[in-house]
Amino acid sequence: MAEPAIAAAHMSLGYAGRAVLRGLEFQVPTGSRVGILGPNGGGKTTLFRALTGEIEPLSGHLEVNATTATVAQTDRSRLDYPVSALDVATMGSLARLPWWKRPGRAERRRAREALAEVGLAELADSTFGDLSGGQRQRVLIARALTADAELLLMDEPFTGLDTTNEQRLEELIDSLAVKGRTVMIATHEVEQAERWDLVLCLNGEQISFGDPAVAISKPVLEATYGGHIVEIPGQPELGVLPAHHHHHDEGHEGAGQ
Amino acid sequence: MIDWLVDPLTHGFTVRALIEIALLGVTSGAIGCWVVLYRISYSAESLAHGMFPGLVGAALLGLPLMLGGATGIIIAGLLIAVVGRLSADAADTAIAVVVTSLFGLGVLLALSPDSPPGIQALLFGDPLGITEGQLLVTALLGATVLAALWFGHDRLLAVGFDGDAGRAGGPSPGLIQGLLLILVAVTVLVGVQGLGNLLVAAILVGPAAAARLLTDRMKPMILLSAGIAVLSGVAGLYLSFHGRVAAGAAIVACILLAYLSAAFLAAAKTRLVRPTRKETPDEPVTQLV
Ligand SMILES: Nc1ncnc2c1ncn2[C@@H]1O[C@H](COP(=O)(O)OP(=O)(O)OP(=O)(O)O)[C@@H](O)[C@H]1O
Ligand SMILES: [Mg+2]
Repeated sequence: MAEPAIAAAHMSLGYAGRAVLRGLEFQVPTGSRVGILGPNGGGKTTLFRALTGEIEPLSGHLEVNATTATVAQTDRSRLDYPVSALDVATMGSLARLPWWKRPGRAERRRAREALAEVGLAELADSTFGDLSGGQRQRVLIARALTADAELLLMDEPFTGLDTTNEQRLEELIDSLAVKGRTVMIATHEVEQAERWDLVLCLNGEQISFGDPAVAISKPVLEATYGGHIVEIPGQPELGVLPAHHHHHDEGHEGAGQ
Repeated sequence: MIDWLVDPLTHGFTVRALIEIALLGVTSGAIGCWVVLYRISYSAESLAHGMFPGLVGAALLGLPLMLGGATGIIIAGLLIAVVGRLSADAADTAIAVVVTSLFGLGVLLALSPDSPPGIQALLFGDPLGITEGQLLVTALLGATVLAALWFGHDRLLAVGFDGDAGRAGGPSPGLIQGLLLILVAVTVLVGVQGLGNLLVAAILVGPAAAARLLTDRMKPMILLSAGIAVLSGVAGLYLSFHGRVAAGAAIVACILLAYLSAAFLAAAKTRLVRPTRKETPDEPVTQLV
């Protein structure tokens, strides 16, 4: 078997020596789509920080055999910044360029393609801060695409997207995986995670990992979300989350795109 | 009118002052944009005030000002870094204490009986006293700063945008921020010759803040800022020449005027261009400028 994109063994993660996520034990093959489920504070973002190298494991081993790019959760990016969507997408190319090289025409073309890939071709020249929350999210995804990363970490990328764009993003994730990219997506939608290749359930520790058909079960979801599960009628073995877990804050995607 | 413009050009010292202020305007106007975007105006001002004892010391000892200024700025920078580290929770306060103490020390030195006359030029600058040697230093250091800014433009832009969040393989935020601070220190050092310890921060921050009000893109902002800085500098020097007011003060007054005009323009434009912004928050406003 080929080398996995990610291998974690007996790993625990945390801040200032205090573990917030324990018992991580999983391998992700290259080209797979991995859903990450967990409650608020479950450790999804913490795991991503470890995968990008921002934090070191407190114990155990982590191997990441891929260049990595993140699409951050709440955009830490600034809205008062004097840049266009294209400027932001072009920033991704800095990950590929040697330090003495400035992005040129080829990089800007690649950034435009990436914006087109996320459906923002017409808005390439708008000011980033003037875009809607969902559009900004997609600009950040385009930036990750411009970085040509082999491993893409998306932290709750569906937050604030309307149905059309949600569908479009799912298709984008599929096509990235087909092209051999590994994609990890933190999400609060159990049904979504069921459609992907692998799922990792976290709640301060690894609850389960594997093929969603096997790894997602009622006891697993109860352990992941602390028992506040609403059963799906006719599908008693599964459940969905109570409504308050779907925080559709901030973004409001309208007809404007 | 022609006389009004040409008269100053018949004196060598005013010509040197004009060249100095133009060089300084381009350099600080450009780097000022990054100072504003990175929100480090406070650090820039701290460096300027913290180097004061170095300047006074050099004046007392009869050494070149640049040497004293450079020593002062390095010591101030190190002290600020150490103190900021030691008391991370109250870094602001600690840095303020260090900077004020250093500045006070400089004032004490300056008030000592054997301090040479003209030491107030260190506080308010003396653009009309610029020598050819100082001009050369300004040109060389200014060109270095501008070259570094051009070269690092994209990395500066990316790190200022969201630091670590989109990184992975990209530039290291700490490194970029550190390099920017060094460039700011060099600019402050150069600016002190012409504008003095108290006023140099104005030309670093004022034109950039004004330019930010007028455009939503980085490159135009840098060009506008440099233009505003040069124009204010030149206008201030003419005012000073004809009105017999202190050059540094006149320049700062012109910068302030430029900022107020920019604010007025920006407010007028918002009214004209964005009246429907509230009703359709999702429509991106396409191209304001
Ligand atoms: N920088 C930090 N320093 C200390 N503790 C932190 C830090 N960031 C997160 N934590 C803690 O780590 C735990 C996991 O947080 P994390 O952000 O990984 O959760 P999450 O699954 O991403 O949650 P959400 O769904 O709200 O995004 C939480 O208890 C949080 O308080
Ligand atoms: Mg999170």
